[in-house]
Amino acid sequence: MTCDEARILLHALLDNELDAGHAREVEAHIASCPDCAAELAAQREMQRVLANTSLGYSAPASLRTRIEASLPQLQRQQPTRRSVLRGFAMGSAVSALAATGIVAIVLRQDDQQRILSEVVSAHLRSLQAGHLTDVISTDQHTVKPWFNGKLDVAPPVIDLTAQGFTLVGGRLDYIDARAIGAVVYKRRQHVINLFVAQTASTEHRPPKTQTMQGFNCRRWGERGLNFWAVSDIGADELAEFVDKFETAMKANVEG
Amino acid sequence: MPPTNDDPDKAQRFREAALPHLDDVYTLARYLLRDASDAEDAVQECYLRALKHFDSYRGPAMKPWLFAILRNVCNAEYARRAHRPSAIEDTPGANEQTPIWQESEASPETEVLRSRDAGAIRRLIDALAEPFREAFVLREINNLSYREIAEAVGAPIGTVMSRLARARTLLRAAWTAEEEQAK
Repeated sequence: MTCDEARILLHALLDNELDAGHAREVEAHIASCPDCAAELAAQREMQRVLANTSLGYSAPASLRTRIEASLPQLQRQQPTRRSVLRGFAMGSAVSALAATGIVAIVLRQDDQQRILSEVVSAHLRSLQAGHLTDVISTDQHTVKPWFNGKLDVAPPVIDLTAQGFTLVGGRLDYIDARAIGAVVYKRRQHVINLFVAQTASTEHRPPKTQTMQGFNCRRWGERGLNFWAVSDIGADELAEFVDKFETAMKANVEG
Repeated sequence: MPPTNDDPDKAQRFREAALPHLDDVYTLARYLLRDASDAEDAVQECYLRALKHFDSYRGPAMKPWLFAILRNVCNAEYARRAHRPSAIEDTPGANEQTPIWQESEASPETEVLRSRDAGAIRRLIDALAEPFREAFVLREINNLSYREIAEAVGAPIGTVMSRLARARTLLRAAWTAEEEQAK
């Protein structure tokens, strides 16, 4: 590897964007080249200073208001009977929450889709400021006991920091009109919500990814629990998360 | 009845999906346009266009999709600013081809950067040329992955990587040069 190549690739190394093979090549070059090693150290230092400085801007409240005002308002319209029924037929998450009893009959065949939409709505709610975690901790032995007595299940809480997914805490949430556990992870600045609920079925259901409103949701079943992992990270990264979670969970049970 | 922009159900889904990213979109607009009121106008236009095209939105992620729309709005804004033509256009010309490690010779590599206030760092970033500033902001401030940046700016990942490398090299050179002057 030449210095010119290394001077570009060392940034991808800093950003954790290199596959293992390329990372080894860059590291080998840097080990043998003091100039490139100094550049890597200098860039790492700059990245550290930048990360400790708040460089983003907050949108002015007036802009938020202007954009809100330009959107068709749900509240402003007096809902007619017809539009309420149409809301049900479309399985809208909002109507579903408002009248769960009726919706359960109307939409039984559409259960999975409705639950998916509730899971995505719960994920969105969690992203609003201050809603992400009820218990904040990167320690699985703090997060797991916190759920005790709050749920009818003990959600598996597994620290995946070493695998690139940082545990940030846990939260109680409501899906399908029931309290369920949400374990919160971060990948870079992306939030991953892992929802865990009890199910009667103990058979293994293999993971399946669906996309809704631009969020990826990977759903699977294991040992009497249903899991939904939701995030705006790419489908492949989310699949990697689920793989690592499942591997770690198996190791926990067997170990 | 076909869905229109007046469909309140669609508006609600759009609101939930797009509004949480408002600060991020505004941040990118501030760095691309380097003007607070132009940035506000561009962001509002971006959200109007996004709502219009929300029916055809299929993912993958909302943020890069909004950024791609914002870029188009900003391109139009640059076209309007006749005195600064095509500043946002990709110009893979002389700038991008220069070997990147010439600048660093000017700066002692062992020197540790002093922490600066956000305003000073923002000015250094603002002084970077397009498209390096854009790649830098998308990665370092908006926290996009290389793949998401490539998607938002419509360029190959290799191009994103070299722009980012050059952006950081230029930024660090400017930073250390300012510190030299301050001594």
